[in-house]
Amino acid sequence: MRPDLFEAPDYYHLDDLLSEEHKLVRDAARQWVKRDVSPIIEAYAQKAEFPKQILGGLAEIGAFGPYIPEAYGGAGLDQISYGLIMQEIERGDSGVRSTASVQSSLVMYPIYTYGTEEQRKKYLPKLASGEMMGCFGLTEPNHGSNPSGMETKFKDMGDHYLLNGAKLWISNSPFADIAVVWAKNEEGRIHGLIVERGMEGFSTPETHNKWSLRASATGELIFDNVKVPKANLLPNKSGLGAPLGCLDSARYGISWGAIGAAMDCYDTALRYAKERIQFGKPIAATQLQQKKLAEMITEITKAQLLAFRLGQLKNEGKATSAQISMAKRNNVEMAITIAREARQVLGGMGITGEYSIMRHMMNLESVITYEGTHDIHLLITGADITGFPAFQ
Amino acid sequence: MKILVCISNVPDTTSKINFTEGDTKFDTNGVQFVINPNDEFGLTRAMWFKEKQGATVHIATVGEASVEPTMRKALAIGADEAIRVNALPTDGFFVAEQLAHIIKDGAYDLVIAGRESIDYNGGMVPGILATLLGMNFVNSCINLEVDGNTATAVREIDGGKETLQTTLPLIIGGQKGLVEESDLKIPNMRGIMMARKKTLTVVEPIEAVKATKDTKFDKPAAKGAVKLVDSVDELVNLLHNEAKVI
Repeated sequence: MRPDLFEAPDYYHLDDLLSEEHKLVRDAARQWVKRDVSPIIEAYAQKAEFPKQILGGLAEIGAFGPYIPEAYGGAGLDQISYGLIMQEIERGDSGVRSTASVQSSLVMYPIYTYGTEEQRKKYLPKLASGEMMGCFGLTEPNHGSNPSGMETKFKDMGDHYLLNGAKLWISNSPFADIAVVWAKNEEGRIHGLIVERGMEGFSTPETHNKWSLRASATGELIFDNVKVPKANLLPNKSGLGAPLGCLDSARYGISWGAIGAAMDCYDTALRYAKERIQFGKPIAATQLQQKKLAEMITEITKAQLLAFRLGQLKNEGKATSAQISMAKRNNVEMAITIAREARQVLGGMGITGEYSIMRHMMNLESVITYEGTHDIHLLITGADITGFPAFQ
Repeated sequence: MKILVCISNVPDTTSKINFTEGDTKFDTNGVQFVINPNDEFGLTRAMWFKEKQGATVHIATVGEASVEPTMRKALAIGADEAIRVNALPTDGFFVAEQLAHIIKDGAYDLVIAGRESIDYNGGMVPGILATLLGMNFVNSCINLEVDGNTATAVREIDGGKETLQTTLPLIIGGQKGLVEESDLKIPNMRGIMMARKKTLTVVEPIEAVKATKDTKFDKPAAKGAVKLVDSVDELVNLLHNEAKVI
């Protein structure tokens, strides 16, 4: 792959709205991605392997639980810092960002928000340092957009719970040390359980032959009469709202992450268009290429402002699930459209691993589907503005 | 050992350079600022002394409030304290007078300044500092070891290297070689969090003469058209007869 020459676009001077610390955090993540991710990520994506050697670096830049309080090993940063870190990581690769999103929003967040003090102390510092990795089990083979139909269940056996069922499309599952698993009790109420690798009857087979998120490990979680200690139940929230709370946090991070992927595609296409000579002039001097590039920077700028405002609302505790759905849906579609247009600007070169565009484009096919599909998010907005849920 | 690293706030090397006010003032609009690379090599070497020999590391910058993000980054990398002299650094002599005042007050054993800043490339400050303070001085320093009161410094000289031995207190004009680019540190989250609590003292400048004044900046002439030639003979002919350089 070519050297990473990325220069971040900031057409509306969003930097002026950021604090000194936001920029310090963002620039550190940006520098780290350039140094440790860009040079290796294409090779790992090509061989469909997660680069485990970067876990320490992800922890160092604060990608694991940046908004978790310092007392539990987090960085105690605000939501805009979290968003900026996700943006920079996804500028490198959506798969790497997925690993960080899962660890922060889907593992650390529920343990911090729904867990006991003992659970927080036992797991959060190790998750923040990357010494322990986690995954999140909600989606099942027969229940994707409709998680409330889940079949995974647990029974109270007196001194422990007995867990049975299966989860699918689980990022980090093949190497995770713990899984936050959502399952129904005998009354049909959804609860979260922390399942640890090594518990008898718990296995995590890897999903192979993906054309997307190839540098990220995806797999299943299989529970065959797994005995889970009672101390591993997350006691402070139950019902579908509990896992959906985690998804709100992750979806918020994705709305920033997608901007990173889009920025990388735009920056690559802009540089290429200015250098590529056809008919005696740079293709950037032609109207059709300018249309593509001008629309890209317009859409990136709109997405940045959407994410920034959503970050302010998150900081104030005022962001609604529907507002987060709008940002995730808009920004991921923006990114995938830009990836496709940028690929065209590069012509044949755009399909090679010399450039990051096709990798981003393929990654974004997962991002537009996971954490609530593009269609489901539209229906969330629809239900929010009309008052009529139209999911079924 | 008490170390002061002098840090200049300079435009990132990829910045597009423009001037305003009739080409007399640098246009900072849209420019990203960074730690002067020659200073960053020095800061990183100072961090080595901190980790291995328990040194205390302060940083000092002459600049207005806008330089504080660069200073905060140096604190996040690991410097213990920062001092900002609240003045626009427009003249090497003026800057050196300000820093000399701080060095005298702080009783530093070792002062590391970049050999030159990469914006105005004056290359004056470390030398003037040594004169003002009567301290030992090694310029263009590419390696530095300190053992007790003795310093061994390696200096880049024309076509080779020179190893010198001297004593503290010492001023170094540092550059790449003090550490390598691969040794430079990205601030980690712990460092950024700790930097929040570190002291950044702002002091007003002392009376000092600004010995020079910028009257005009000129950008290099735009590159002319390229002439492609087909053979070595023709190239030699043109270089000899037309360009008259060989």
